[in-house]
Amino acid sequence: MSSNSVHLEFDVVGNNFVSAGSASNEVKGILKQLGIDPLVIRKIAVAMYEGEINMVIHAGGGRAIVDIFEDKIEIVLIDTGEGIEDVELAMKEGYSTASESIRNLGFGAGMGLPNMKRFSDKFELESEVGKGTTIKMSMLFPE
Amino acid sequence: MKIVDVAKLLNAEIVAGDATKEKEVTCIFASDLMSDVLAFARDEDVLISGLSNPQLVRTAALLDMHCIILVRGKAATDDIISLCDKKGIACLTTKLGMYEACGLLFQKNLIPNKAKSK
Ligand SMILES: Nc1ncnc2c1ncn2[C@@H]1O[C@H](COP(=O)(O)OP(=O)(O)OP(=O)(O)O)[C@@H](O)[C@H]1O
Ligand SMILES: [Mg+2]
Repeated sequence: MSSNSVHLEFDVVGNNFVSAGSASNEVKGILKQLGIDPLVIRKIAVAMYEGEINMVIHAGGGRAIVDIFEDKIEIVLIDTGEGIEDVELAMKEGYSTASESIRNLGFGAGMGLPNMKRFSDKFELESEVGKGTTIKMSMLFPE
Repeated sequence: MKIVDVAKLLNAEIVAGDATKEKEVTCIFASDLMSDVLAFARDEDVLISGLSNPQLVRTAALLDMHCIILVRGKAATDDIISLCDKKGIACLTTKLGMYEACGLLFQKNLIPNKAKSK
């Protein structure tokens, strides 16, 4: 695509609820500086945040790789957690395996993956039980 | 309504983000489930919750909200306070329950978001 792209990589620390969300927050700040439409930024920030939180909660952490092009953003979330057995089920609104203690933190609505899909122009999820999960999302910048 | 007046109405203490207290707010979202907030909030400026953890602030910041209100006497943790100060988000704590806090604000014409898109 375009040559002047921004490349970012983040380590997402597992089970740390203080740092959780800092990567998506940083990306949001950069998109703001780039003058991207606020509504588009919001979609991107929400989708990446949900993915980040999922790695924190369900996968013991992972990595987020972000590439910002002139016309779009690509976000890859990679973890080596326990994986998702039934992806179709996990994608359903309201489905969650979050524990009671995690629910008490305000997670476990089962809305994270559906939110990510809804806010992406392209969404791919690959997961293998015992190996981990990789999610690729991309969002287009209008015009 | 100004955040400082919201605090008065709810008999709430402003425990962080004092610099933001003169800001006007018009629109409120209330929930204890952060993914629901992320899915359903549109352009509300205030988030009311009985949840007391940094993710509440992260969620509010992500959605460009200016104020969080902790109900049911939940105390703001140090993490919440420092994150709020950093993000310029006012943090209010009140002993009122969620229903009563929402009811009082609704009576003062603070509205839920009407722009239900998608
Ligand atoms: N990275 C991951 N590794 C392993 N399992 C995952 C991962 N992401 C999601 N899951 C599984 O998919 C389920 C649904 O995820 P989703 O994000 O939709 O909901 P949730 O995280 O449980 O709750 P919410 O996101 O609403 O707080 C999770 O409960 C979990 O079982
Ligand atoms: Mg989730």
